[in-house]
Amino acid sequence: MATKTSVAEVVVSAMKTFLRQPTGMASQAQNLQWIAGIFVAAVVWILLYNNLELFATQLLQIARINRTNRLGEALHFFIYEVPKVLLLLTGVVFLMGVIHTFISPERTRALLSGHRTGVGNVMAATLGIVTPFCSCSAVPLFIGFLQAGIPLGVTFSFLISAPMINEVALALLFGMFGWKVALLYTGMGLAVAIIAGMVIGKLRMEGSLEEWVQKLQKSKMPVEDDDDAISWPMRLHEGVMHVREIVGKVWLYIVFGVGLGAGIHGYVPENFMASLMGKSVWWSVPVAVLIGVPMYSNAAGILPVVQALLGKGAALGTVMAFMMSVIALSAPEMIILRKVLKPRLIAVFASVVAAGIMLVGFVFNLLL
Amino acid sequence: MKKVKILGSGCPSCNQLADAVNAVIAAEGIAASVEKVEDIQQIMTYNVLSTPALVVDEKVLCKGRVPSYAEIKELLTAKPHGCCGNHGNKDQRSGSCC
Repeated sequence: MATKTSVAEVVVSAMKTFLRQPTGMASQAQNLQWIAGIFVAAVVWILLYNNLELFATQLLQIARINRTNRLGEALHFFIYEVPKVLLLLTGVVFLMGVIHTFISPERTRALLSGHRTGVGNVMAATLGIVTPFCSCSAVPLFIGFLQAGIPLGVTFSFLISAPMINEVALALLFGMFGWKVALLYTGMGLAVAIIAGMVIGKLRMEGSLEEWVQKLQKSKMPVEDDDDAISWPMRLHEGVMHVREIVGKVWLYIVFGVGLGAGIHGYVPENFMASLMGKSVWWSVPVAVLIGVPMYSNAAGILPVVQALLGKGAALGTVMAFMMSVIALSAPEMIILRKVLKPRLIAVFASVVAAGIMLVGFVFNLLL
Repeated sequence: MKKVKILGSGCPSCNQLADAVNAVIAAEGIAASVEKVEDIQQIMTYNVLSTPALVVDEKVLCKGRVPSYAEIKELLTAKPHGCCGNHGNKDQRSGSCC
């Protein structure tokens, strides 16, 4: 219970700090309406989140299902986990939607331009977490960064971290495995993005960009930070829209995924995966990454699998490496990037990132 | 007659934006031509970082998302908001700009 309360407190205080910011041009009444609405939503959220266990138990009692047998245990797991993960997801995605109104790709580009390798890589990877990013915009973003004179390695740091460390992955890791795993994932993801970007920068592979991109690289497009100061109600509205879009897209995955997890939770024997993906099996990390790289799935699709594997004795490092490689690299992304990168650079990009992820897997397995 | 361009290299949301724009034009009876720009080199001349982007009379009005019906209607009917010098390269030529 203790950790749950602190989670709630963090969310509330985060909302409070957000709302203390200047409010732009919106009318006072509208602001109040939004603040009140968000406040009520936050209170309801916290009440629900803190009483999930009670709710699940009560519901089983009403349905007269006994928790002592396997079916009862699986059902309880399902009724408890689904609302918990959905609540967390809604909260995190809302906050991220509001944050996105502060950091457009244009602003990120303006922040990054003028920074050299090193500091630039760290900034790029960090900004990758909070900048709105969609893999179908990867190419214009990539070119836009290069046009602004941002070094290739720094651009790659952004391009690696943006899809890998996303709000859905973080919320689900947080919900299913706790804040420690979510934090570890973030830290390791950042490390991979920073180091892989720096390595690619050191290799001086500008010649492996397609010719027309090389020409653009010297074009020095105007870097403008389109600072459209929008009002707080608009920002909160964007947060709500983001929830609608993201949660609307992934909730079904989560219900199915947790259902699968519940089944495994109740029925598959403990340590089923230990001999295959346990700590002592060193080759499981590279194999997991090699399988994961071409695979394409979003965080919501892959997490149920991750949970199932972990629950049955697979090592955390192996599973994390698998998840990172599925989310960060995919065959469709390579095909999109082929428009701007020559095959040599795509190969280097994929292998540097894959190597970094493997390293993360080994380190995790060694330390934990 | 407005010249509307949809920038985007064929992602699902780009098609959504094109459909939404066409729906608004048809329903509101706006005189406009719609062109989809899918060539990445051409897209990049508009200096956009995220697709889909909505361009009206060579001015980038919206990027990275699919706006609502009401918003598209406003963008297609109202005089361009903002001011000269916004959105970079070639919008100065459009007559309705201040």
